[in-house]
Amino acid sequence: MSANEDRQRAASTRTAWLLSAPALVVLILAASGPLLIVLVYSFLSPGDYTGVQRPFTLEAWQSILFTRDIFDGTLQLADAHLSIFWRSVKLSLLTTAITFAVGFPTAWFIATRPAKSRALWLFLITIPFWTNLLIRTVAINEVIRNEGVINTLLIRAGLIDQPLRIIYTDTAVLIGMAYVYLPLMVLPLFAAIDRFDMKLLEAGYDLYASRLQVLRRVILPLVKPGIVAGSILVFIPSLGAYVTPRVLGGGKNMMIGNFIELQFGQGRNWPLGAALSMTLLVIVTVALLVYVRAANRDRSHG
Amino acid sequence: MKKLLSATALLLASASLAGAEGVLNLYNWGNYTSPELLKKFEEETGIKVTVTDYDSNDTALAKVAAGGSGFDLVVPSANYVPIFVEKGLIRELDLTRLANHGNIAPEWVDVPWDKGRKFTIPWQWGSTGIAVNTSVYKGDPNTSAVFLQVPDELKGKINVVPEMNDIVNLAIMFVGGEPCTEDTEVLKKARDALLAAKPDWLSMDYGATEKMSNNDWAASVNWNGSSMRIRLANPDVVFGFPREGYPLFMDSVALLSDAKNVEEAYKFLDFIMIPENAAMISSFARYANGIAGSEAFMPEDMKTAPEVVVPEEFRAAGRFLPTCSPKATEYVTAIWTELQK
Amino acid sequence: MAERAFSATRLPGFATVAIVVFLALYAPIITLVVFSFNDANSVAVWGGLSWRWYQVAWENTLVKEAAVRSLIIATSAALIATTVATMAALGTTRRAAFRGQTAIYVIINQPLMVPEIVTAVALLIFFAWIKVATGYQGLGYLIAAHSAFCIPFAYLPIRARLEGMDLSLETAAADLYATPWQAFRRVTLPLLAPGIIAGAMLAFVISLDDVVITEFVKSGGQDTLPTYMLGQIRRAVTPDVNAISTALLALTVILLTAFFLLTRKRD
Repeated sequence: MSANEDRQRAASTRTAWLLSAPALVVLILAASGPLLIVLVYSFLSPGDYTGVQRPFTLEAWQSILFTRDIFDGTLQLADAHLSIFWRSVKLSLLTTAITFAVGFPTAWFIATRPAKSRALWLFLITIPFWTNLLIRTVAINEVIRNEGVINTLLIRAGLIDQPLRIIYTDTAVLIGMAYVYLPLMVLPLFAAIDRFDMKLLEAGYDLYASRLQVLRRVILPLVKPGIVAGSILVFIPSLGAYVTPRVLGGGKNMMIGNFIELQFGQGRNWPLGAALSMTLLVIVTVALLVYVRAANRDRSHG
Repeated sequence: MKKLLSATALLLASASLAGAEGVLNLYNWGNYTSPELLKKFEEETGIKVTVTDYDSNDTALAKVAAGGSGFDLVVPSANYVPIFVEKGLIRELDLTRLANHGNIAPEWVDVPWDKGRKFTIPWQWGSTGIAVNTSVYKGDPNTSAVFLQVPDELKGKINVVPEMNDIVNLAIMFVGGEPCTEDTEVLKKARDALLAAKPDWLSMDYGATEKMSNNDWAASVNWNGSSMRIRLANPDVVFGFPREGYPLFMDSVALLSDAKNVEEAYKFLDFIMIPENAAMISSFARYANGIAGSEAFMPEDMKTAPEVVVPEEFRAAGRFLPTCSPKATEYVTAIWTELQK
Repeated sequence: MAERAFSATRLPGFATVAIVVFLALYAPIITLVVFSFNDANSVAVWGGLSWRWYQVAWENTLVKEAAVRSLIIATSAALIATTVATMAALGTTRRAAFRGQTAIYVIINQPLMVPEIVTAVALLIFFAWIKVATGYQGLGYLIAAHSAFCIPFAYLPIRARLEGMDLSLETAAADLYATPWQAFRRVTLPLLAPGIIAGAMLAFVISLDDVVITEFVKSGGQDTLPTYMLGQIRRAVTPDVNAISTALLALTVILLTAFFLLTRKRD
């Protein structure tokens, strides 16, 4: 019996690997594999004008946390790096929360349409994203700027006499980010809600649960995989966002994405750029694993 | 689907044709190459030019340095030319094959980055200055104080382009230093000036051509060609040349060492040194070129444009940024990081 | 039936939020469409109604070719990414924990975890070796790179759908002597379809939007719409890009309408 079980388990593992193999091959050839080059670069010295050169050194890694002051040469905590990093994390968390707050009702709305029109609503969500990110951001700018569509309408309607100042504020950035990343939240949520058996709701109500109770006790636990997927897809890419913060927020402060790009571009410090990205990769991987483990544990308990 | 497949096949095939006769791969800044110029070149020589865009010198340098880029010609800025030469990425031109080489205006032949124009042929040049809407601010626009000691009328209404080298070096020149300086006293003053001015800035973004035409910004550190376009849309806008010193740039065409279409490249280089053709380049992107006699073929509005024809009194203040040493780059990057943290 | 669906699935305020979201989603798009008919030389100052930017865009072979190239790459990448992601999701979901599961999960999601510029630099160096060694400079590199970073976007919705999907139907199919392939084709795949559609659409729009990786990987004459626009940022974005975007939107809407009419007929 036990030998049989072992054989079954081995077969299952083999199938898992076989099915995953094509995806892994593509990823290792065109994404993860080449990253090893970046890892090696993080231990080299900056090339004179571009790229890297010998000798091997840990300087790039050290300068993530400690920088030598350019004026007095003392080693100090790199507060610039930390504040850039913290700003990106804060913005991404807020963006994830907002896209979830508006994305969940939207996904629910779509999933509860008649089967025939569901695909149509799904497409309606994605159509705006057929236009390029920059064009879309410029269009949002056109809507919210001081002489833009919203302010013009409100002033003409006599509701306000001074334009509302939205552009170049944190609100503008959050509006823009939520807009840009909305489908990344709505589509996974939809995929999870759509397989949900609506009879469970009925059962909940039959037991005299309130709507809020049904939402908390029945709906949210069941669509959790969708929430996990959506949050990952929104949170991580928004960490690297910079077009939207610049166009709508005014771009006076860097995001982690700009900062890393600066090192590979005009800053000409590829090793630091490489070390920063590797750090980001490790932090995000750990956070992701903890998050997914926690989500899985919840489910197995309840 | 079938159509899509055949289109894919066509694209794949046309990409692999590069290197065959009668084609040329030009790697240039985006929105910088006149389509009429390419059309005329094709009509005269039968050579089809494929243009591919880049958006920064560093991207172009990184791609070319990595190898296998497949481009024939590249258009780096003045301070990047020595890097391309030193790394052996571009080749010395055989001037005997360029009959029109003598058309290069005398002041653009013995340039610091390429003495005698042995490696590069002028494309366009311009300057970084300050565009000011005079209906908001009536003071003197010809000073970096407009963005480094922002006048009250412009507080919260001025934009600064996020170009590290331009901005930090404007500040260095404003406090009396030399571009790419390694003098820490000067650098400290420049940093303090930038940090003190930043709260008065509205934003740090590109797009002045739009944002000043529609009054979103009342002033912006900006390039002269773009400022000319703004003035045509919004006559209140003037372009100031900071008298404390402002950066000049010149982008020049160079032949890559691993170019496959060398014959065609020479024909193109010779072609753009004919004044009439150089004028086509300028009238498209709105920057001056370096070819003598091309003014005669320029559109009327450019011949007299105050942004393009630099007034005599401000000419000396214009400086080509040298190729900064790695040490100087480290300083500039550190200041920029502190400014944008 | 209708009454039950109405009362049980209705959550107060949800429909209102959804409608507001749809309106907000389309407000900028409508602005964009309106401005594509602008006569002025600017994307931001209104100067009267005109077709001229459509003519300009039509005559601008660069922007036309870039748009077609973007569509070809996005379609190919979405097809490849969705196929391999579906297989991987079937392989890694609904299975007892096995050795290497975490490794697979990390590799699949890795493109999400590093900023684009890093993948871009890595690919620039790696593909340059291959370009020099083989001499091949075609679109293959871009399609491979796009397929790779689209995989997590396709994988996560499919996995979310698969997780906890009712196993009983498949078991029932097996009990009725369906081969594993038949069970998959007739039972699992239709149940999985919404996840696959969601994943494919995400992959498609993500590929369509990519700029940094494309900028570093592209060879001569391989500008896509986003890299073409990136090149314009420092000068001025010309309104013909609005016209192209509107044309693309119109094309989408026409294709979708045709698709719906056709599938409805078949029903």
